Amino acid sequence: MSDALLIAEGLHKAYGETVALDGADLVVHAGEIVSVMGPSGSGKSTLLHCAAGLTRPDGGDVVYDGRVVSALDDGERSALRRREFGFVFQFGQLVPELTALENVALPLRLDGMRRRPAERRATALLERLELAEKARSRPGQLSGGQHQRVAVARALVAGPKVIFADEPTGALDSVAGERVMELLTTAAVEAGAAVVLVTHDARIAAYADRGIVVRDGRCAR
Amino acid sequence: MTIATAFLALLESRPRHGYDLKHAYDQHFGHDRPLHYGQVYTTLAKLLRTGLVTVDGVEAGGGPERKRYAVTEAGVTDVQRWLDEPESPQQYLQSDLYAKVIGALLTGRSATAVLDAQREEHLAAMRELTRRKRGGDLADRLICDHALFHLDADLRWLEHTATQLDALAAAVRA
Repeated sequence: MSDALLIAEGLHKAYGETVALDGADLVVHAGEIVSVMGPSGSGKSTLLHCAAGLTRPDGGDVVYDGRVVSALDDGERSALRRREFGFVFQFGQLVPELTALENVALPLRLDGMRRRPAERRATALLERLELAEKARSRPGQLSGGQHQRVAVARALVAGPKVIFADEPTGALDSVAGERVMELLTTAAVEAGAAVVLVTHDARIAAYADRGIVVRDGRCAR
Repeated sequence: MTIATAFLALLESRPRHGYDLKHAYDQHFGHDRPLHYGQVYTTLAKLLRTGLVTVDGVEAGGGPERKRYAVTEAGVTDVQRWLDEPESPQQYLQSDLYAKVIGALLTGRSATAVLDAQREEHLAAMRELTRRKRGGDLADRLICDHALFHLDADLRWLEHTATQLDALAAAVRA
């Protein structure tokens, strides 16, 4: 196994009186797929949000590629997320007014790339995710599985080193969910991206190379 | 399901030689346990003796004669009877996993550690089955799914039991 790309160590996070993380750890190596499982309220999504720089932990450190993420200012963290990380969530991540192609190209456009090359790269990813014929469709015209595959394409478009996926199949039936997982993991492996996959579903977690379990804000194993 | 019943179903779809029958069985029913030729001809001899199968034709070639077998009316009735009778659901009341949890609690060891180790073992098996499933055809996928759903049910039980350990420990030690 190569050196760790991302290390989250001893993370603590509380929301008011509720302790979400109580010393949780996560190590991600380049190109590997790691599942994070645990019961509802165990802290697994908070662990993902802290590791990805979306949420500041109250204690502990996140080190990505030698940089201490918690020490970065908001602008630096935002740039890190845009250039190095990709995200897939369960709901509400596509812009409803944009086509699938425009949604996938969006991270590149926000980072200053011109429309033509951004859409060329987005088209290639939509093809990879077997959605070429849906490029001009808007999110409202897509099935749940197609919607998530567009989200996967968008997560991959900027060439991220890590994709953070929080219950990416949580709203899908089992066949559509497994298709999303097959395409997500295959495309991530081909792109050399690691995946941190938060799920409560063991059949989805089984697409990972290894897994951790979070219980009461700590890693059980 | 017995080998004989599988043979009757295969022969109802069309008459076959013993060699074809073995390969069709291995493809549809054998999975990781292919039949030996000895089992094929022992089973066919029994089916012939009981009138469920008949010899439909004999082909002479360069080698030994090849018999083609066909199902009889009585054999078709046997297939229908097999399909009509639902399988008894397994009730899993003699669970080794439960026994280990009780063993840990009785002896003052960590039942949580037992559950954690078992979860890791189950998840590793599920990852292996998923790898196999991804490389397989539809039949492989469905066979692996059957195993995956059962392992998933075990995992749900492990999680459920993990939330009840304090109460279970009190009951066991009372």
